[in-house]
Amino acid sequence: MAEKEKKESLLDQLGESQVWKSIIRSGVPRNRRQRMYAVLGNVFLHLHPARLPRHAVKIGYTWCMGGLSFFLFVVLTITGILLMFYYRPTVEYAYTDIIDLTEQVPLGIMRELHRWGAHAMVLTVWLHMLRVFMTGSYKPPREFNWGVGVLLMTITLFLSFTGYLLPWDQLAIWAVTVGTNMARAHPFIGHEGPGASLLAIGDINLVHMGSDVRFALLGGRFVGEATLLRFYVLHCIAVPFIAMIFMAVHFWRIRKDGGISGPL
Amino acid sequence: MSYIKNLFDFLSAPTISFTLLTVAFPFIFPPSDWFDKKNKQWGIYKLWTNKGAFWIFMSITFFFVIGYFDPYFNLTMTKPDNIPIILMIYSMIFVVWLGMKQAYINDARLDRGEKPEEWNDPDDKVLVWPDLVYIELIALILFMVLLIVWSILIGAPLEEPANPAATPNPSKAPWYFLGLQEMLVYFDPWIAGIIFPIFIIVGMMAIPYMDINKKGEGYYSFKERRVGFFIFMYGWFVLWVFLIVVGTFFRGPNWNFFGPFEWWDPHKVVPLSNVNLSEYVWVKLLNKGLPTSILAREAVGFVTVIGYLFVMPLLLAKTKLKSLFEHYGPVRYSTLMLFGLTMFALPIKMYLRWLFNLKYIIAIPEWFFNI
Repeated sequence: MAEKEKKESLLDQLGESQVWKSIIRSGVPRNRRQRMYAVLGNVFLHLHPARLPRHAVKIGYTWCMGGLSFFLFVVLTITGILLMFYYRPTVEYAYTDIIDLTEQVPLGIMRELHRWGAHAMVLTVWLHMLRVFMTGSYKPPREFNWGVGVLLMTITLFLSFTGYLLPWDQLAIWAVTVGTNMARAHPFIGHEGPGASLLAIGDINLVHMGSDVRFALLGGRFVGEATLLRFYVLHCIAVPFIAMIFMAVHFWRIRKDGGISGPL
Repeated sequence: MSYIKNLFDFLSAPTISFTLLTVAFPFIFPPSDWFDKKNKQWGIYKLWTNKGAFWIFMSITFFFVIGYFDPYFNLTMTKPDNIPIILMIYSMIFVVWLGMKQAYINDARLDRGEKPEEWNDPDDKVLVWPDLVYIELIALILFMVLLIVWSILIGAPLEEPANPAATPNPSKAPWYFLGLQEMLVYFDPWIAGIIFPIFIIVGMMAIPYMDINKKGEGYYSFKERRVGFFIFMYGWFVLWVFLIVVGTFFRGPNWNFFGPFEWWDPHKVVPLSNVNLSEYVWVKLLNKGLPTSILAREAVGFVTVIGYLFVMPLLLAKTKLKSLFEHYGPVRYSTLMLFGLTMFALPIKMYLRWLFNLKYIIAIPEWFFNI
């Protein structure tokens, strides 16, 4: 008994120590005030408010899907960084590097984690959207944040799509060929789109196979070396960068729009 | 067993399955009193009970179990990249069930004059530390475990090295875009691949501005917002999720339809006898050749499309939807009509194709302008 009391006081003593206080800023969260301070004083946790309505912590209400989507984004970032150590985005090396990821790298399930995590993220984002719809949480004052969410969903799909090409196997190039072929038909700026032939000076077409939006996306007339590099940069840098900006807005607006939705 | 498989093959044909779903949908999510009455009469609302969940779960699982032991369906079903779709089918249906179950409980509470289940005293709050952070911790550990187990059990797909000279048949987009690829059967790429995606994104962003029903915010409910609910669910499940399932499991070589238990025969011959509206009018109806002037040739098509998208909403605003128009105002009303009619253009075109072999309503291949 006496020893237990002594242990507790050790933890408390630790909480009072200079090192602990300098890192965590508050003592061991034991009472209500300290627990609130544990959230408020932590850069990661202060994404949350200090207190929540009771229904907000019920899994039946939120399904955890928004949180899991963000969690998957973090998992994908970490596994993605590890993959970048080994993978070279060139026609010469891409495919063999992918094989090496499984065959040569210790505990070679990084690519699996990354691919299944990506598929799972598409699903969790969709389920999150479904939850928000079913609880009517897009209604004022959250209209704007719903719009940001729809864009984030689109960005998620585009992230997954750009990553699809990188293994440089048959599955990859043909899926991306099918997908990017749509851009040919873009009105006005795709060379097989309606109105493209109107953009001409005399009989010189401005929009042709070597200048349309598909060419810009692929960096060429077909899915090739330039496309691989372009999709790699989009996948690893450009799109995650945009996604992070939108996520910051999304999370910030949840708080500004009155926190998690609930009946009034 | 082969009888059941043939039945499944027959039912899966888009003409049959899409029709069944479309007909069943208003009964499952009744948008009006009449449908609601039938829903109660036939006991469809029992889907949203634990017993209902059991039967839904069992029937889907039954399908996948037969599928797993079928030599042909096994090939499609166990493709590593198709596993997310099986997960999607289970998880989508489960969460809709979970949401609808709570919605029905809340609807009954509201009928009794009580507040929804989610309501609680504003002064009675829980602390984020520890009440939320430990749930988050558990959720992420469980999810990480699931992901690691999934990754160990199933390797990521890797086919032969990319070969631009060997086009696989069928060539499919990533699974989440297969709904769009399926729309390509009915519309040209500039609509199915560009206009529809843009309209889906902008239309979804516009939902909060089009649905101005103030009720049902922040809790599961159905009755208070049944029309909006019905439209969204139809769009999401029938026009998106279902088309993904069709595109993944039922489309084989040359994008022909194959039942789940059918062999993907690359030599399957499907007669293409699709006819444009202009040919129907000029050749079949008026017994003349097609006029040389493009605008004259496609005049009927232009009238149809403009009539559907612009004249019909105007007429409706004066007659049947007068109260909606007055309630919504011109800008909101036209937004709703533009997105709503575009969305329903997809099933309409599907049926025109299936019933009349109609290829294009407006066909101007000279300008790549086919609708």
